[in-house]
Amino acid sequence: MFVFIIRRFLYAIPIALAVAAVCFSLVHLAPGDPLTAIIPADAPAEVVIAIQQAYGMDRPLLVQFGSWIQRALQGDLGVSVATGRPVMGDIALALSNTLLLAFAAALLGFLGGILLGALAAIYNGTWIDKLATALAITGVSIPHYWLGLLLVIIFSVHLDWLPSMGAGPGGSSDWRLDWAHLRHLVLPAVTMCFIPMGIVTRTVRATVSEILNSEFVTALYARGLRGRRIALHVAKNAAPTVLSVMGLQFGYLLGGSILVETVFSWPGTGYLLNTAIFQRDIPLLQGIILVLAMFFVGLNLLVDVLQTLMDPRIKRG
Amino acid sequence: MTALLRVQDLKKYFPVGKDLLGRPTQVVQAVDGVSFSVEKGRTLGIVGESGCGKSTTARLLMHLIEPDEGRISIRGKEFGNISGRHPVAELRRQMQMVFQDSYASLNPRLTIEDSIAFGPQIHGVSEREARQQARDLLEKVGLNPNVFVRRYPHELSGGQRQRVNIARALAIKPEIVLLDEAVSALDKSVQAQVLNLLSDLKKEFGLTYLFISHDLNVVQYISDDVMVMYLGQVVESGPVEQLYQNPAHPYTRALLSSVPSQTPHERKQHKVLEGDPPNPIAPPSGCRFHPRCEHARAICSSQQPETTRVEGLHQAACFMLPANPNHEKYIQLQEVSA
Amino acid sequence: MTTIASTTSKEKFALAAETAAVSRGYWTTVWTRLVRDPVSVGCAVVLLLMVLIAVFAPLLAPYDPSQGTMLKRLSPIGTEGHWLGTDELGRDMLSRLMHGGQMSLMMGLLPVFIAFAIGTSLGLIAGFFGGWINSLIMRTTDVFFAFPAVLLAIAISGALGAGFINAIISLTLVFIPPIARVAESVTTSVRNLDFVEAARASGAGNFTIIRVHVLGNVLGPVFIYATSLVSVCMILAAGLSFLGLGVRPPTPEWGLMLNTLRQSIYIQPWISVLPGLMIFITSLCFNLLSDGLRSAMDIKR
Repeated sequence: MFVFIIRRFLYAIPIALAVAAVCFSLVHLAPGDPLTAIIPADAPAEVVIAIQQAYGMDRPLLVQFGSWIQRALQGDLGVSVATGRPVMGDIALALSNTLLLAFAAALLGFLGGILLGALAAIYNGTWIDKLATALAITGVSIPHYWLGLLLVIIFSVHLDWLPSMGAGPGGSSDWRLDWAHLRHLVLPAVTMCFIPMGIVTRTVRATVSEILNSEFVTALYARGLRGRRIALHVAKNAAPTVLSVMGLQFGYLLGGSILVETVFSWPGTGYLLNTAIFQRDIPLLQGIILVLAMFFVGLNLLVDVLQTLMDPRIKRG
Repeated sequence: MTALLRVQDLKKYFPVGKDLLGRPTQVVQAVDGVSFSVEKGRTLGIVGESGCGKSTTARLLMHLIEPDEGRISIRGKEFGNISGRHPVAELRRQMQMVFQDSYASLNPRLTIEDSIAFGPQIHGVSEREARQQARDLLEKVGLNPNVFVRRYPHELSGGQRQRVNIARALAIKPEIVLLDEAVSALDKSVQAQVLNLLSDLKKEFGLTYLFISHDLNVVQYISDDVMVMYLGQVVESGPVEQLYQNPAHPYTRALLSSVPSQTPHERKQHKVLEGDPPNPIAPPSGCRFHPRCEHARAICSSQQPETTRVEGLHQAACFMLPANPNHEKYIQLQEVSA
Repeated sequence: MTTIASTTSKEKFALAAETAAVSRGYWTTVWTRLVRDPVSVGCAVVLLLMVLIAVFAPLLAPYDPSQGTMLKRLSPIGTEGHWLGTDELGRDMLSRLMHGGQMSLMMGLLPVFIAFAIGTSLGLIAGFFGGWINSLIMRTTDVFFAFPAVLLAIAISGALGAGFINAIISLTLVFIPPIARVAESVTTSVRNLDFVEAARASGAGNFTIIRVHVLGNVLGPVFIYATSLVSVCMILAAGLSFLGLGVRPPTPEWGLMLNTLRQSIYIQPWISVLPGLMIFITSLCFNLLSDGLRSAMDIKR
């Protein structure tokens, strides 16, 4: 098992490198020169070359990639083509907002999902089960950006209970734990919690009902164990599967928040990514995607390691 | 008379385990120097506990797994994927195989007819002719073609499916058929029917069988010769009556004594095999059976016993045999107290 | 003893099946089971209607989807002559929703379809041949798995620029790795079954074995998986348009309509809900149909 964990860590290195390469090559997917956004169309050739040199675009690709990686490892993701500021600062701020939103949504989604899934498994076949299953399938079928819009229409436009834009009053982007800021978090978090809730509900329902039907639970009942003790056994056995699903879902929340952040003008990575795309700010685009993808790689690693540690059945050598 | 099939020094080691860089850390000596020959029209039974390498031997013979070493020849023609040897494709026309799992060995998406007609079409028989042959073969294996041709495997019983598998193997018109635990998964009554069918088919088509099984009664019933394997090696071989009545190797004796006799008063209270076979990853030194052998002495753990003739064609690999070149040494040593 | 016991029960089942006398192919059985499920049939009918309406929108729609008068902009639902109202440029919503189905359905189905073809081929090759070919293909898909789907789609689309073709390309790229992974694992398990060995023993070459014995057993499970992706693809595709990365205006497309109408939620909130509702219904139907198909294909031996 120890060897497996080490090997998993080692394996994450080439993956991370390849992910970086994909991010890097995004620049070259883009039609035309990556610097078109800042080079005027009628610029003389010397100016074009000078700008290219300034951004290091005149060197061979592999060299560019090497130095990009090297700088990225030191926390330098380049300079925004649009604003001229270092990309890293903007991303760090946006990432903290995205993480906040993702944590809030994950908390709601996971708690709701576990509750619904467990109820559905226990009351298998009853109306509770059907309701939970219907909610789950709705959660995964609903376009969440549309759900966000719907919530805005109901709670902001019609009822005027909650704000619909930004992360805090007056468009402030630094977050504080107070009522005014919490109000801003409610709608985007509720909107985003639906997908993980749907998926966690399905997973918990499937895993728990499988365990409940297994012979060892029958044996526990036969030994006279009741209620809470059985629940403990079931939870222990369901945990590895459910946790790994939740880990992945958290990653998807980080990467998938762009649409919801756009709906709510939430100043996170998704919103920033949107800006980068429309200003054709390639260094910013690259930086955001690299940071998010690295988060995801790390999360996957964590999930795998945790699952190995928790599940006695997995003995990988 | 020359042998139809001759196998010499067949070897296959499987790498297992992985170190940090994914390199194999150990090898399983699945088949380690197996040699035998079969004459035309005879049935060679191969017995041994699970994991002794008998199924791997079958797959090596068909080249479903590539052997590491060894020679396989039919009528003196050597086959293999090495230049200078005859192509494996030709080998597979002369030798066919029936697998243990009757369900897994039939494609669930194909009708019985399609499954049987598949092989001949590979070898250039027209589709129409192959279908006609498939119907004829179904009749030969005791299944009414009008009822079964359009059926799918899941609609058949285990015995019926195994008949189909036999028909499928025969469709290529092989000389040799490998039966790898072919009746082991069947009920006793169905087993007897399929065994009788096999005997009939053998006579009708002049087939030669390699019958692999862990069931000693079944092997005794169908075989002319028997070969006993233990941890990838042959420990004893010979004509069936001689070997069953006068087993020379302690392992064979232990195996045979663990089989309930058909007649109760003949049941002897022999020492039954104890423990599981040792791990094939790290086989014991010397004679591989020595850790479980009640007659083991020092020489048994240091030196591999030579294959020695017992009587006629009956031979075994054990120091206890008087004809063994190291028999004297064995006699002189003290018995290892258990 | 256990093997004998299990064989006996299998035997019993086989005998029971035999008495059914009618011999049917796998797909016939699946079909019969599917049409007996009211939810699946309902969803299939809804989807079929949507496709038909989208295809025949030019004949069915009451108005030209790109013509409108500013005088009638943002008329509410139930307005005479425009019973689903009009959008921010005074265009008839019903006509636009009908026409919008063309692009939205195409963007939901086409990428999954292409990815199904490419991903299955890759997975089949990786699973069947194993070894370094497998490592090459599967390790490459691992890299794409390191990105959340939404992020990958938006990143590629963002780099390629807006447009229908670019959106299709980026969505296809997103769905190839998961399909390849499923196809690989199914192929690996099929390849190890005895009937593939038996086919090899009959002297068949790799290509023939794949065509006759592997493909038929791999396509089914991968197909179910791919159908479950259609709903995701619908949502993602409309999401790309919603971000302005899909089709360009004035082409009617549900995601894009949602985007432009978003500005009007304070004037006519319920009109802006309509295109999203269409995406939701379609995606829900695809999900339910995929679930129905999955249970219909889950035939116990």
